[in-house]
Amino acid sequence: MSDIAISVENLGKCYQIGELENYYTLRDSLTDIVKYPIKLILGSGEDEKKPEIEFIWALKNIDFEVKHGEIIGIIGGNGAGKSTLLKILSRITTPTEGKAIINGRVGSLLEVGTGFHPELTGRENIYLNGSILGMSKTEITQNFDKIVDFAEIEKFLDTPVKRYSSGMYVRLAFAVAAHLETEILVVDEVLAVGDIAFQKKCLGKIEDVSKEGRTILFVSHNLSAIKSICQKGIYLENGIINLKGDISDVAKKYEIDQFSKINSNKNDKIEHLENTELGLSINSVTANIKYENYLKNLEIKINGKSKNKIKKMGISLKIKTIDNILVCHLWPGHLKSIINDLQGEWSCRFLCNNINKYLAGGEYLLDIILLRPKEHDGQLLTAENIIRIHIPPDDVYNSGGSFYLHRYGLVPLPMTFNITKENH
Amino acid sequence: MSDNTLVIEPRKSLLKLDLRELWNFRELLYFLVWRDIKVRYKQTFIGAFWAILQPFFTMVVFTIFFGKIAKIPSDNVPYPIFSYSGLILWTYFSSAVSNSSNSLVGSSNLISKVYFPRLIVPLSSAISAAVDYFIATSILVLMMFYYGIFPNIQIIYLPIILLLTFLSATGFGLWLSALNVKYRDVRFVLPFFIQLLMFLTPVIYPISFIPEKFKWILYLNPVGGLINAHRALVLGQEVDYLYLLSSIIISFLLIITGLAYFKKTESFFADII
Repeated sequence: MSDIAISVENLGKCYQIGELENYYTLRDSLTDIVKYPIKLILGSGEDEKKPEIEFIWALKNIDFEVKHGEIIGIIGGNGAGKSTLLKILSRITTPTEGKAIINGRVGSLLEVGTGFHPELTGRENIYLNGSILGMSKTEITQNFDKIVDFAEIEKFLDTPVKRYSSGMYVRLAFAVAAHLETEILVVDEVLAVGDIAFQKKCLGKIEDVSKEGRTILFVSHNLSAIKSICQKGIYLENGIINLKGDISDVAKKYEIDQFSKINSNKNDKIEHLENTELGLSINSVTANIKYENYLKNLEIKINGKSKNKIKKMGISLKIKTIDNILVCHLWPGHLKSIINDLQGEWSCRFLCNNINKYLAGGEYLLDIILLRPKEHDGQLLTAENIIRIHIPPDDVYNSGGSFYLHRYGLVPLPMTFNITKENH
Repeated sequence: MSDNTLVIEPRKSLLKLDLRELWNFRELLYFLVWRDIKVRYKQTFIGAFWAILQPFFTMVVFTIFFGKIAKIPSDNVPYPIFSYSGLILWTYFSSAVSNSSNSLVGSSNLISKVYFPRLIVPLSSAISAAVDYFIATSILVLMMFYYGIFPNIQIIYLPIILLLTFLSATGFGLWLSALNVKYRDVRFVLPFFIQLLMFLTPVIYPISFIPEKFKWILYLNPVGGLINAHRALVLGQEVDYLYLLSSIIISFLLIITGLAYFKKTESFFADII
């Protein structure tokens, strides 16, 4: 047997969009049949009233090879064709052109809990779901205890799953899926379920599986997960392969592209942003790093305008990493960042001295939310990803190297180190 | 190439009924049937008793209106057992047809997320509908003792009739379930169609009741001959083999064309369901 697990050649999938995508009822077919001879006789003198049929290539010219035991991460924005690719490889839908050759049994996990029946008990659903995913009855019986153990639902095994909490439901669903023992696994964003502890467990399970020498195709928006699990990557964009190869290169390219998309027309200074209903606008936002006494201070300035009088407006800041991990969300209550009796132009400034002490060097994104303090639906204006903040890396520990986000993490903790040696 | 090499390509026009693959997925078929049966009477008060109650009361109503008031003949058999012995098989047929017709659309989440031979879905619906038939036969046995009517040795052919009814219902089910994926009109046509078909089937009347010149209409009915034969076997009467044969032929036509249409359209089920 060759060492190639999956070989994809010139694969493409075309969808019809537009009118025809709606349910085409029998009536439509019948009227078409009646209309057709009439049109033949009378000729199509009038403008064709045929609905516009558009074709869209969800995938085009896809070529790649996966060796046995490789773990491939597939990344790309929404609508890039990731799910379509997985659906073709797991035979749910057929390609329009090209072909894929697969050596080995394929198990696909496009959704956890497919086919779960709410009326059936946990035990019954393990068997049902397992067999839907392609496991044999003996396989399920062999893995039954492991599945129950992994899902942590021993006590509720004979309770209908409709009485489960959503967490239990998802855990059980993932547990069944995780014990699918096929040579090739196709996994779609299943990690976006459950709480963080469980997500960790799932990732760990996938890593374990990968060590067993099985081939995995893995789609996720979670770049850090992809980077830690996969060796190779495929970056899809608008249905074609933008880049394939080493996961670090592919992920980097994707990140840079995402960046330039976010910042394409912003360049650290934003266009006018307005809530026309209220007459409230943000005119500019800037983030600067100021050097003072060899320290770097982060300064965020916001200028805005309010046509109408606003009695009380709070300003909330949200700093996130590019992977959308929340670093800090400052509510108006935290800093008393509240403006009273606001009318006309206004400006404000947030300042953090010696930013390198708290945050690793790297790229961050900023959200600004203007709101009425102490009110639930009091949002007046929300500006997501409004600018990018670049924090220059710094040699925080005086070690001769910079502490930056991608390598060492978010926070340079002020840790100290001591050795105690006991001589005998 | 090794045994488990799979080539994924655009669908060729070639029709191939992959029986080996279907066999590989037999456990899934089993589990889907098992699920349908398990779930059917969950959270009902009288549970599987419904399977008896429905045909039983239909029989009572038929006996009053058709047997007593309209005085429809019943081939020298008491009308209640005459109609009930036809009704239970008809009930199986009609629920198998309607369940399997709605089966693909009803399991759209499966079809768009997992691969398996799509044929399994309507098949499992047609199989699981049979449970009600077996439950309902208990009343038939009681009625036999009550009226003192017993089958003769021919009863051993009963499983064949049941199998043929299953095939006939599946033929309809394949056509309608595949059509239903594309044209949701099926949902509206179906109840009406089944009701109409019942009047063209010798359930409430014996075939001898129909004038000679209209009999050909009955002969076109894929299930009529089966119901007639079912009744004859159960009540120990002579089977109308000509009628049975014509039903079998039409049933086979249905299932062959149904399979062809189903296989032709199944590759785009996931795209349009």
